[in-house]
Amino acid sequence: MNPQTTWSFFIDHRDEIVGATLDHLTLVIIAMLIAIFIGVPLGMFIVQRPALRAIALGAASIFQTIPSLALFGFLIPIPFIGGIGKRTAIVALVLYALLPILRNTYVGLTGIDPAVLEAAEAMGMTRAQILFRVRFPLALAVILAGIRTATIITIGVATIAAAIGAGGLGTFIFRGVALVSDSLILAGAIPAALLALLADFLLGLLERKLKVS
Amino acid sequence: MNTKISAAATNRIEFRGVSFHINDILKRLIVSGVSLEIPHGETLVLLGRSGSGKTTLLKLMNGMLLPTKGEVLVQDCSTSSWDPIRLRRGIGYVIQDAGLFPHFTVAENVGLVPSLEGWDASRTAARVEEMLHLVGLDAREFAHRHPRELSGGQRQRVGVARALAADPPILLMDEPFGALDPVTRAELQREFSALVRRLGKTIVFVTHDLREALLLASRIVLLEAGRIVASAAPQEFLRLDHPEVRAFTSSLTVTPGAFA
Ligand SMILES: Nc1ncnc2c1ncn2[C@@H]1O[C@H](COP(=O)(O)OP(=O)(O)OP(=O)(O)O)[C@@H](O)[C@H]1O
Ligand SMILES: [Mg+2]
Repeated sequence: MNPQTTWSFFIDHRDEIVGATLDHLTLVIIAMLIAIFIGVPLGMFIVQRPALRAIALGAASIFQTIPSLALFGFLIPIPFIGGIGKRTAIVALVLYALLPILRNTYVGLTGIDPAVLEAAEAMGMTRAQILFRVRFPLALAVILAGIRTATIITIGVATIAAAIGAGGLGTFIFRGVALVSDSLILAGAIPAALLALLADFLLGLLERKLKVS
Repeated sequence: MNTKISAAATNRIEFRGVSFHINDILKRLIVSGVSLEIPHGETLVLLGRSGSGKTTLLKLMNGMLLPTKGEVLVQDCSTSSWDPIRLRRGIGYVIQDAGLFPHFTVAENVGLVPSLEGWDASRTAARVEEMLHLVGLDAREFAHRHPRELSGGQRQRVGVARALAADPPILLMDEPFGALDPVTRAELQREFSALVRRLGKTIVFVTHDLREALLLASRIVLLEAGRIVASAAPQEFLRLDHPEVRAFTSSLTVTPGAFA
């Protein structure tokens, strides 16, 4: 590998790299928004429903154990959500992101000082008031930690989505592997790593801001 | 169904043959055969060792626990037929470890029940300031702090202010002065008893400190292992001939260096 040639490759292909980075980011953001909109309410729901708890957490864990390339493969033949392209990739990314969000929402909502919950009950707050005005604000930092973990996982896994034609930074990596070109691989890997670091940093800042001791 | 604690009705609390056990395989009785009448305007002190069932009795009064046998009546209506939310909004509760909301400021903690009851912001704010003043905290200095920025004793005082804020006719206080130094504690006890006389509320006050019980009570009820073993006005209480009473009265006198 020659840093000089890699650098000039980056300069020559900067438009393509920026475009792929934006594609990648779009994929991640869409998947994360869907995962949050499913994971957080579901986590709130299973706090009150012990029977559903094991099923929901169990199912989310199973998705996480399936190797990502295999999961993309499994989804292709499924009607509506499957096929080649972005849609299938987003479904897979959502399934991956779900567990950390769901688990942290549940843990955050249930790990609250019992004296505080007792006080809320004794003040005559309804179950809904306790959930939205006490449990949820106190759990927010923990929920956000789950979203942060999920985002970093999703940025990584999304590189593999290129295998099923979803675009993004993985395109460079797969081409680089096929053509045995370090420059191509790095053109995918370096922006992906930078995205992950940036997301980790920004969400970490937000998390610290929301923390109440 | 009773829907609102009214200040006009007599704020009587009555236990009729109440037993309570934890709902597990052991069915351990925590309260057994308690019958007790707390008339309107009384300051009843529940005295007892740690684990004797004091907190459990309080939770039976605001419907956080329901008796497994017998019934608890608040304003002549059983706690099992009360709407629990309405019942609790009319009962101020000072939680044993203050139990303040860590994500709320002092002002938001104290103003919680008024705001739940739909008071407007300016009335709530005025009330918060009044309550903080009552418990000896300067609103300008403390209103905007969070509980983590307070000492243990200050937290307890905020807990008292919070319980009083919506002017509930019934007040349950679980060791409200437990974390205070003896000097501040004596100060607050004095102010509190003056306040009690002025407010005319029905108060149940939990302590394991006999001195505090003698100072504040119109009647002292002594608990031992979930049963009432003595009930008397403070003056008579000291003369009662019961081993648990003697255990408590002997704790009053101190011989310096006795254990040295
Ligand atoms: N949820 C519970 N599960 C099991 N045991 C309980 C529960 N709540 C209370 N107990 C037991 O019931 C007994 C009475 O408890 P309670 O909290 O009423 O005591 P207390 O008189 O308030 O004590 P303290 O002065 O230490 O606060 C104790 O032995 C306690 O261990
Ligand atoms: Mg107690």
